Amino acid sequence: MHAIQMRGITKRFGPVIANNHIDFDLMRGEIHALLGENGAGKTTLMRILYGLYHADEGEVRVNGQVAHVAAPKDAIQLGIGMVTQHFALVPTLSVAENVVLGYTGSFRVNPQVARQKVAEAAARFGVEVNPSALVRHLSVGERQRVEILKALYRNARVLILDEPTAVLVPQEVDMLFQTLERLRQDGLSVIFISHKLYEVMTVCDRITVLRDGHVVGTVDKAATSQAELARMMVGRETFGVARQERKPQGEVLLRIENLSAVDEKGLPAIKGVSLEVGAGEILGVAGVSGNGQTELSHVLAGTLKPTGGRVLVGDRDLTLADPAQVSGMGVGRIPEDRHEGAIGELNVAENLALEYLGEFITAGMLDHQRIRRHAEQLIAEYQIKASPTDRMRTLSGGNIQKVILARALSRNPQVVIASQPTRGLDVGATEYVRSKLLEQRSRGAAVLLLSEDLDEVLALSDRIAVIYEGRIVGLIPAKEADLEQLGLMMSGAREGIRVEA
Amino acid sequence: MLRLEIERAPAPIWMRSLIPVIAVLVTFVLTSVLVVWAGANPLAAYRHFLISPLSSKVSALEVLVKSTPLLLTGAAVAFAFSAGYWNIGAEGQLYAGAIAAAWLGVVLEGLPPVIAIPIMLAGGFVAGALWALPSALLKVKLAVDEVVTTLLLNSVVLFVVSALLNGPWRDPISGWPQSPEIAAGAAFPKLIPRSRLHLGFLVALLVIGLLWFILSRTALGLRMRAVGLGQEAARFVGVSVERTMLTAALVSGGIAGLAGVGEVAGIHFHLIEGISPGYGYTGIIIATLGGLHAAGVGLAALFIGLIDTGAQTVSRALGVPVYLGDVVQAALLLVTLGMFILQNYRIKVISD
Repeated sequence: MHAIQMRGITKRFGPVIANNHIDFDLMRGEIHALLGENGAGKTTLMRILYGLYHADEGEVRVNGQVAHVAAPKDAIQLGIGMVTQHFALVPTLSVAENVVLGYTGSFRVNPQVARQKVAEAAARFGVEVNPSALVRHLSVGERQRVEILKALYRNARVLILDEPTAVLVPQEVDMLFQTLERLRQDGLSVIFISHKLYEVMTVCDRITVLRDGHVVGTVDKAATSQAELARMMVGRETFGVARQERKPQGEVLLRIENLSAVDEKGLPAIKGVSLEVGAGEILGVAGVSGNGQTELSHVLAGTLKPTGGRVLVGDRDLTLADPAQVSGMGVGRIPEDRHEGAIGELNVAENLALEYLGEFITAGMLDHQRIRRHAEQLIAEYQIKASPTDRMRTLSGGNIQKVILARALSRNPQVVIASQPTRGLDVGATEYVRSKLLEQRSRGAAVLLLSEDLDEVLALSDRIAVIYEGRIVGLIPAKEADLEQLGLMMSGAREGIRVEA
Repeated sequence: MLRLEIERAPAPIWMRSLIPVIAVLVTFVLTSVLVVWAGANPLAAYRHFLISPLSSKVSALEVLVKSTPLLLTGAAVAFAFSAGYWNIGAEGQLYAGAIAAAWLGVVLEGLPPVIAIPIMLAGGFVAGALWALPSALLKVKLAVDEVVTTLLLNSVVLFVVSALLNGPWRDPISGWPQSPEIAAGAAFPKLIPRSRLHLGFLVALLVIGLLWFILSRTALGLRMRAVGLGQEAARFVGVSVERTMLTAALVSGGIAGLAGVGEVAGIHFHLIEGISPGYGYTGIIIATLGGLHAAGVGLAALFIGLIDTGAQTVSRALGVPVYLGDVVQAALLLVTLGMFILQNYRIKVISD
């Protein structure tokens, strides 16, 4: 019996097709994984099911009936609940109040009755929570259980979980899986969005793999393997750019030794990372987002202090350097988030000058003429479509990235740290940014490329390191890179193979 | 069928420069309800608000007198806000400057004005900066919200003033809570004989000029704007966010302190408890109305000075409460803030 049938779902965002005629079936009483890389279209598809997006084409059936889901409230009425990574809970209210919030049916709420009803629901569904606890005192795992209970309390029979394990520690993952198992036994259906192979193989009955907005296939767990799933997830026919011939590696310019750092919540995000990048080399760090790349790039940029280890550029120790010192030591930095690198309300010339402000001061005053000439020169050199006095925020993403690139590369840095340098860019801008990185390599710079785009890593890198949960789990020469093996390492397959190069 | 849809689209530049003007018109329409309620004719009221104060030389000069502390507190707040430091404490920093002036003015007895007045100004600046220091340090070292701490210090300084005036500085003869008169050499000279317009007005204009110069012509100004407009990006490119904020906060406090010096040395010649009827808070209105730009702040301060003077005239001529001026100011701030947000949207008519 089908709980959900989605037929021919197509969703476009401007020129991008996020979902391209997707068919997806969910049976009653099954846990069904949606597996795919970042940007494969998993979340878009589920947002359509939950009424957050509207499909351009296609049809959704719930329990065999054609359903029009215009907004989440329609989805909730149809018995569909969704739990995202960003919880919608009020920290200062109790668990019970959060669960009944917006579902009380009357203006007045009797806290005792609410507590009792929520406790009953928690017992019925086997979700362990204390209804009187304040949400702000709960751990992330407990908050997630409250979100799940909230959906169940609204009579959800289909539960969508968007990367539920991304925010959890391992013990909480085990508890989550027990909860899901229990729900399946009660006949509920769960859609489990993930890109972690072993989790999918542990908890799910069937797996649908998406890639570039298409369904690659739906397989039974019993009839597949982690290796096959990895191949389905990342397998590609062609690579965008011709692979680079590897040049003899020069002296090591960037040395990262046993580096550790914590994320915003104070949890370990990178755990003993060691890497070396030589002159004239691009070292690509591949990995699914959220595995420590952000923190690694912040530490290297000087905006995050590591908790252990060292960073050396040439023979200078930059472990605790601030961003100005890092920049002054000849490290060109392209941040992961463009808005982290450019100030929208300042103009292009000011953004270009800001990192090297000392060069533009004459007699204690800013030399606006020099700032402008500097901008004009870089605008011409980097083919930026903007004038020096345009505010940054009026530029397209590609041009903002070119401004950041121009600023990072204009001083001929010895080391380049490029984080997701082409994320969200169109084809032309992407090719341009990649060619500039290759130019740095030919010039003899050491380039560390952190990218979630496997094509990009494969196309540009001399060597590829794979990062998973804050550790480098593999390091291989790009020539010998094998997609299936990379896919396995990136998704933390427990039989993951370690290769040293 | 026609539908209205709201979409995000920034208003064109020419529209943005019109915003203060439109805000004034909208405010007058809104507050005219109150004017009518108070039993007056709105048009007559606004004529008194806007035109009457400028119709005689005496009252026009009085507009400038009223504007003097407002120019300074407006500049003080704009300076801090430019760096994203939300200094709500200009009121307290003004009082700190006034305390310093009241003390120095007595101590400097016998010195010629060329020496005494610069010391008064410097002392007031330092006092204002010192009063701003605790909040600024808490902000950059411990990330304590400066809105709260600067605001709270405003109340603290009032108690300090009260303690001084009811304690050591109480006037021994009359017993009034007011400090001894400052020395003649420490008092600001009058710019125009037989008016109240004093040297402080020139100081205020100079500060407005410096505000423009620093924000648009110096590295500090660019760093401040970078921190104010995009703290993370500023940090990324190597701007020391902490040092920049600290500088902005202290200079802001110093400028507010100058406003206090002006009131003591130019108007009252001693310290009293109500020396500022909220100039520091009005400075927030002025900085916001002026869009944090020097010229805007200058115009806004003169405009509020006009309304303040006008409120007296309206009240005398039409018998409405003088507080109507405060209501107009407050409404003006709300309308302007609302328009700063609304300018980012436009209404689209869609026909199905």
